[in-house]
Amino acid sequence: MRLTNRDWNALGLSALLIAVVCCLPFLTQGYWLSIGVTIAMYAVLATSWALFSGPTHYISLATAAFFGVGTYTVGYGIEVLPYWTLLPIAGVLGAVLAALAGLATLRLSGVYFVIFTLGLAEFIRQIITWVQNLTGQRGIYVLTSITESHIYWQLVGLAALVFLTGWLIGRSRLGFALRIIGDDEEVARHSGIHTARAKVLLFMVPGAAAAIAGAILAPRYVYIEPMLAFTPMLSFQVVIMALLGGTGRLWGPLVGVIPFTIIWEAISASFPNQTTLLLGVSFLVIVYLLPRGFVGLIEDTRHRGREAQA
Amino acid sequence: MDVIVTGLLLGGLYALVAMGLNLQYGMARIMNLANGEMLVAGGFAAFWFYTAAQVSPLLTVFIVAPVAFVLNWLIYVVFLRPLVARAKSRGQLEVDSILTTFGLSFVAVGLMLAVFGGDYFSYSYLSFPVSLLGDTYGANRIVAFCAAVVICGALWLWLTQSRAGLSIRAISVAPASARLVGIDVRRLAALSFALGGTVTATGGALISTFVTLDASTGVLFTLKALVIVIMGGVGDVRGTIVAALLLGLLETFVASVIDPGLTLAAAYLLFVLILLVRPQGLFGRAQT
Amino acid sequence: MKRRTFTWLAAASIAAAVPATAQETLIVGAVAPKTGPLAGGAAVSYWPNVQLWVHDVNARGGLDVGGTRYMLEVVEYDDQTNAGQTIQAVQRLVNQDGAQIVLPPYSTGLNLAAAPIYNRLGLPMVTSTATTDKADELSQQFPNVFITLGGAVPIVDGVVEAFTALRDEGTIGNRLAMVNVADAFGIELMGAAKPAFEAAGFELVYETSYPLGSQDLSPVMKAAAAAEPDAFIAWSYPPDTFALTEQAIVEDLQVGAFFTAVATAFPAYYERFGEQAEGVLGIGGVNADGEAFQDYAARHLEVTGAAPDYWASAMVYSSFQVLEQSIEAVGSFDNEAIIQHIKDNSFETVIGTLEFDENNNNTSFWTVGQWQDGVFKGVASTGREGAVEVQPKDGWN
Repeated sequence: MRLTNRDWNALGLSALLIAVVCCLPFLTQGYWLSIGVTIAMYAVLATSWALFSGPTHYISLATAAFFGVGTYTVGYGIEVLPYWTLLPIAGVLGAVLAALAGLATLRLSGVYFVIFTLGLAEFIRQIITWVQNLTGQRGIYVLTSITESHIYWQLVGLAALVFLTGWLIGRSRLGFALRIIGDDEEVARHSGIHTARAKVLLFMVPGAAAAIAGAILAPRYVYIEPMLAFTPMLSFQVVIMALLGGTGRLWGPLVGVIPFTIIWEAISASFPNQTTLLLGVSFLVIVYLLPRGFVGLIEDTRHRGREAQA
Repeated sequence: MDVIVTGLLLGGLYALVAMGLNLQYGMARIMNLANGEMLVAGGFAAFWFYTAAQVSPLLTVFIVAPVAFVLNWLIYVVFLRPLVARAKSRGQLEVDSILTTFGLSFVAVGLMLAVFGGDYFSYSYLSFPVSLLGDTYGANRIVAFCAAVVICGALWLWLTQSRAGLSIRAISVAPASARLVGIDVRRLAALSFALGGTVTATGGALISTFVTLDASTGVLFTLKALVIVIMGGVGDVRGTIVAALLLGLLETFVASVIDPGLTLAAAYLLFVLILLVRPQGLFGRAQT
Repeated sequence: MKRRTFTWLAAASIAAAVPATAQETLIVGAVAPKTGPLAGGAAVSYWPNVQLWVHDVNARGGLDVGGTRYMLEVVEYDDQTNAGQTIQAVQRLVNQDGAQIVLPPYSTGLNLAAAPIYNRLGLPMVTSTATTDKADELSQQFPNVFITLGGAVPIVDGVVEAFTALRDEGTIGNRLAMVNVADAFGIELMGAAKPAFEAAGFELVYETSYPLGSQDLSPVMKAAAAAEPDAFIAWSYPPDTFALTEQAIVEDLQVGAFFTAVATAFPAYYERFGEQAEGVLGIGGVNADGEAFQDYAARHLEVTGAAPDYWASAMVYSSFQVLEQSIEAVGSFDNEAIIQHIKDNSFETVIGTLEFDENNNNTSFWTVGQWQDGVFKGVASTGREGAVEVQPKDGWN
């Protein structure tokens, strides 16, 4: 692969940004670090979500399922294996699960996929509780010495990895194929692109990323039970943040994650009794006022700027 | 035998839950994720009237239905019609309506929390045993089942016999052509959305006689309803009824014979299986 | 001094965030579910007690810390039944809102998830709604955490004790049907209960589990009734406690002892089932005839407009009292000293005397209660006073 000067510049700038972002734990340890963890987590989840859903237009609500699988990988594995080996294992499990789910439903139309993925988290949760019940096992404790800073750095690293993957996909044959699928699936099929395979392959990316994110965050939760690990809210929040940012660009979701997390914090800090209500309202605002997300807004502004000059 | 009757009773309940969504999704083309909240709101009304004034939930229904109709009409006109107008494709509308109604569901939960608090609400109504075919069942379940039969039957008759019903079905098959033959798509879509909400809220009032609800339980019902509607075939009343009964029977069978811990898993497997074999649903038409 | 970082939003909520004078006001933080699956339980057992406790302390002139009187002001956060939110809210309370006192969260899972952050911030954490058998391990890892509500094993022992008493007087036989909700709570208690009942000579004629959120429990009750048990136990959560009881009435389950778990002690349970609830056994209990509880219940009703439940409510309030008394005794906000004080002393609370063993565990708590004459009275405990005699369940009508 040939890299142009512009590519090198972009890569260098990204590396610098990541290095800066990594300094946060040295500046603050308390509240802002925990916000940092939240932002890094949603950055991973929303960006990887958009990698798949952006070009294919399939809305995946399976984030919670993958995330929970990762959390449980650590929950079950921590007693047997060293922590570091569990992250790749979680990633592989997430990717395999995504591949299976993708094979079953990605040939179908979009709505079925939405429902299927929403049910997936519930399904896995039920199976896990059923197995736990059979074996008489209780909630799992993950008692480790991993601190908030460690979790933050791991998440930032994972986010960097997701961005790199997205960037590479964009330059690859797969990325090219996906752009055609996104424009018109019929055309893609006629030009000899194996559409189902391309989609399944791509779906494995958010699967793996969300599972690893779940694994990284498991030590933060200490006590893992199905209801907490597979919370469906997570799936919806990821969708909202990604759409707020815009899925057309690799950096789009990030532009949604940061303001959303901060606004959300402000809302829950100032109106703790109306959080649900206000979350709903912010959904509506996004849909009606920012249909293409911040990316769309930014591009429109630029466009207008250019027109004004001309 | 026992399993079959219990399963049918449960299936009737599911049919009630799913029928409203089917009208909204199948006819008005709005995948309404706030459907469950409407159901809980209906339940709240029944609870409130019963505990405050001893009004029977069976009578409350007649207050709930018109209120729900107006409310849903307004929701459609204010929130959803702009989306329909703006959407360039069916897919775009689907994404937008999922997000909007999800937002609305949060607003609804928030409002119900503010008004009623987060407490569980349950009351005892008709919870005495009734003998049927040598076994006993809760009277409230049987009443709800009968109501489900009446409501589903009435809807089916209306959709197949009346002029408005025919037009609505025409919209669900081919919205563009329906407009060409002079059907007022805008008005009828709003009508079926409002009607769907009415059925759901009515169902909620009936269900609250034997299911304990709280402000946040709506999403459980939404999920079940979605699964049933898609299994039965979007926009098909018969399909929804068959799928609901099938689901009720399956869950009861699994709970009684295999393990109650696997009921939801079995329901999901059934859903996946039907999707794989018949992606358009049991009674659905193949999509073009 | 509520510093708001988000000034643009603060402008909108200026009325709510009027800065108070720092010398006399003390920020108390509370974080628990207001939405999500556990919101229903928290609305009964947790939030009203926050309101009541602050009211009570302020009504007696505020918290006396080293000679200064502080009026309490609560900052409440909704964690949406999400552990990540709980952790974040606790940090926000301490770092942003300047909360001097942070009350414990709600439920086993959320308490345990928040334990590391309380520990890192050095906050005393007197939990009131967590049941765990791992108190010894927890106290080693997090020496600031105290457990008051007990663990599965003692609770099961209490139930076995009550059932054995009924069997020995000839009210029930040995045939037992037992079900549980398939969730950490139900699984843990079922796991402890099975061997315990078998050791006590009971015969398990029916057992099963059902998922959390099951809408139809009639198959469970039908199968249980078909096994013709003498006694019935359900390790259940709020919605299913109601559903199982209703199904038992519908099936006319004839047992001499009927036990359901969480929510049996809720006033809503008796409001719903009335006379039919008479004789139903449930998890928890209080010294319902004791003066301390009756006084507390009356205040609870007056201040919050709702009656307390007969289990966790009083425990939640008591855990706040432990904090209150310790801070006043220490005379400063030195958390280390406060934690040490909690370890070393015993406290007079609305549930009676509360003290902790070497594992920060309160070893005397109520385990089983029973609805008798419209009141849910404690019938078994690990060393609490005021237990009443357990009575047989005499049908449903």
